[in-house]
Amino acid sequence: MIPELGHFALIVALVLSVLGAIVPQVGIARGDTRMMALAGQIAYGQFLMAATAFGALTYAYVVSDFSVVNVAANSHTAKPLLYKISGVWGNHEGSLMLWVLVLSLFAACVAFRGKSLPLRFRSRVLAVQSTLLVGFLLFMVFTSNPFMRLDPAPLEGNGLNPLLQDPGLAFHPPMLYIGYVGLSVAFSFAVAALIEGEVTPLWARWVRPWTLAAWVFLTGGIALGSWWAYYELGWGGWWFWDPVENASFMPWLAATALLHSSIVVEKRDALKSWTILLAIVAFSFSLLGTFLVRSGVLTSVHAFAVDPERGIFILAFLALTIGGSLALYAWRAPRLAPSGMFGLASRESALILNNILLATFAAVVLVGTLYPLMLEAMNGTQITVGPPFFEYAATVLMSPLIVALGFGPLLAWKRGRISKTVQVLLPAVIIALVIFWSVIWHDAAGLLMTGFGMALGIWLIISVFLEINSRIKFIRQPGQFFKRAKRQPRATWGMSLAHMGLGIIILGITVSEAWTDETLRLMKTGESTEVGGFTFTLEAVEPVAGPNYTAVRAKFLVEKNGHFIARLLPEDRVYSDPPMNTTEAGIYPLVRGDLYAVIGEHAGGDAWSVRLYFKPLISGLWLGSAFMVLGGLISLTDRRQRIGAPAGKRRSTPKPAKQEA
Amino acid sequence: MAAGLKTRKKQRLLVVSTALAVLVGAVLLVLFALGGDSLSLFLQPSAVIEKNIKEGQRFRLGGLVKKDSFKKLEDGLTFSFTVTDCVTDIPVSYHGILPDLFREGQGVITDGALNASGIFVAEIVLAKHDENYAAPGTMPKNAAACEHPESNGEPNNPNNNEYGG
Repeated sequence: MIPELGHFALIVALVLSVLGAIVPQVGIARGDTRMMALAGQIAYGQFLMAATAFGALTYAYVVSDFSVVNVAANSHTAKPLLYKISGVWGNHEGSLMLWVLVLSLFAACVAFRGKSLPLRFRSRVLAVQSTLLVGFLLFMVFTSNPFMRLDPAPLEGNGLNPLLQDPGLAFHPPMLYIGYVGLSVAFSFAVAALIEGEVTPLWARWVRPWTLAAWVFLTGGIALGSWWAYYELGWGGWWFWDPVENASFMPWLAATALLHSSIVVEKRDALKSWTILLAIVAFSFSLLGTFLVRSGVLTSVHAFAVDPERGIFILAFLALTIGGSLALYAWRAPRLAPSGMFGLASRESALILNNILLATFAAVVLVGTLYPLMLEAMNGTQITVGPPFFEYAATVLMSPLIVALGFGPLLAWKRGRISKTVQVLLPAVIIALVIFWSVIWHDAAGLLMTGFGMALGIWLIISVFLEINSRIKFIRQPGQFFKRAKRQPRATWGMSLAHMGLGIIILGITVSEAWTDETLRLMKTGESTEVGGFTFTLEAVEPVAGPNYTAVRAKFLVEKNGHFIARLLPEDRVYSDPPMNTTEAGIYPLVRGDLYAVIGEHAGGDAWSVRLYFKPLISGLWLGSAFMVLGGLISLTDRRQRIGAPAGKRRSTPKPAKQEA
Repeated sequence: MAAGLKTRKKQRLLVVSTALAVLVGAVLLVLFALGGDSLSLFLQPSAVIEKNIKEGQRFRLGGLVKKDSFKKLEDGLTFSFTVTDCVTDIPVSYHGILPDLFREGQGVITDGALNASGIFVAEIVLAKHDENYAAPGTMPKNAAACEHPESNGEPNNPNNNEYGG
């Protein structure tokens, strides 16, 4: 009964979304404000129905209702509750259900928060959002119905892929989806602005919090997925340039570019048409990612069952959405007259450089991801594009970005002075050079790139401190610190924190790549071995039992100079439903780096194959990502982001920059 | 004044488009310069012979792990097995910990190069991840040559998802 209710809610949601796509547009054409206002109500209705359907599916999972095909194929009674719930989106149909839920949630949020938007514009935005929803609901109802029944119902389900039964991965897809789908709001705002034929600084301010929220979730989702790969796959790696990883990285790059270009629109009323294009491209990358993952064109850990019919539907939807919005852009964008002049050394120029580099990088990743597919389609040759390609491109394109990133926030709008900026940043330049020299002193050829990477990371971190100092003048007047610090807008603090996070990530990547110490060997219980200056002793290997798996667990004692440091407990798990092994690395994070142990197979007697690592500063990756997410969140709480705030508060919001010729 | 603005705008447009062109050029250079290293062929055993792959050239070898070919060497960390497409066999050796899902009779992808004695020395071994995941391209192109492809008790179907496609 409950699944039928869910199915029904899904169909009602489809009908509502069709209405939501048409009625407001007709209302605008006729100048009928009542029809325009209906867009808000419809958006709430869509969300209510999507939530009902999602709730019904979750209920079926929680009570293990195996008469539903989807539940029988992906769940099992012996699974812990958390993984019963995360199993909802651990498969094709369920993940679409989540996509639809988030899409309708964002529409409802726009309807709720956007009361201060002009009615006409808000209705346009909601109509575009509804149109997207129509596409996804059609896809669900006709090719991927999660409520399909199974008769007779099996007694037990197939279970969820054990690799996915992990807290990190339980929350990775929802976060990533909120990020992907959050970009749909920027897309809808862009398309609505194109239809209206006008982009104002106010538009940029409306769209900014949505982009920022999506960016925060994308960042968090990608970091979480990468962390999962690090401790669950047991290779000690955290990023493989897998096509599916690239699919989430491209929208992130575009969203990051969009965040920066929309500042220029807001403050200086320039880069308008480029910003609109970026908003379209960012969401297109999200759709492309979905297509690549869901259509079975690519196969990887993330891919679900292959189904050509679904692939064709998504491809058609993709072509319509991306093609349509780009055609609209080509037609309307010339109307968006640029204004606002600026010199070569200015904040605007720095942000344009940021955009060129980020966009080029996204394009390179796109080429690297699709090239094997195109080549195979053309002449059947199968190739893979390996990490060296992406790493080389990242180094070439991101290095100038990091160098410029130190200067950017210090440059004034319109006309900045490079010489003045260099003066402020001199200490950072000196420290970075010292780091570079002291690293390559040991091994000029082997550590050239390491020295360069470390210098870049340090340069960025210190230049952020110097930039903060130039604003709150801590060194000159420490007494005024709190007064001045409090007066800084939160968005500025958010920016500094996120930039510093990037510096920490670069430092973590470079140092861990260069100085990871790794050993692969057989160890008997009681034996010791040295890795990275630490003594690892295999104390025991014993069987343990989990809720739905059994495992062998190794106990490693880690000491340094005879002092106890940590105990690592890596496991090799055997799940029964479905039958499969997974590796759980034993990890202990120190400030200096991570101790990392993996237990392999039994080599007879009391010997086991083990893999031991010391990964210096790898925590920089997670710390830096946390800084980025935190920076985004702090920036979101900035007063300027709260457009819907009552009029009384508007007193303190700065007016958008006047146009200057 | 208005005319002056127009030329300045034109100038800026020029700067931006030049910057873009330079970057795109740089990227293309990267693509070609690294062509050998970063783009690797994905081949099944028969194709390795056909294309006369030279010793030391890095490529990916995909196929099935031949039954009863798996051996563990004395050090306990080096393994040898045969990758087959049911027509041609290629011996593989690997030093490391094999992935959890490595099984005889199932699909595998290895990344490495042939040595002087014709053994494929693998640096990376990837196995299929679960019953829905198939390492793409490991299903032999001439599947008919395979007598009894193992498929977890499911009906014997050469197009079974088990081996990809």
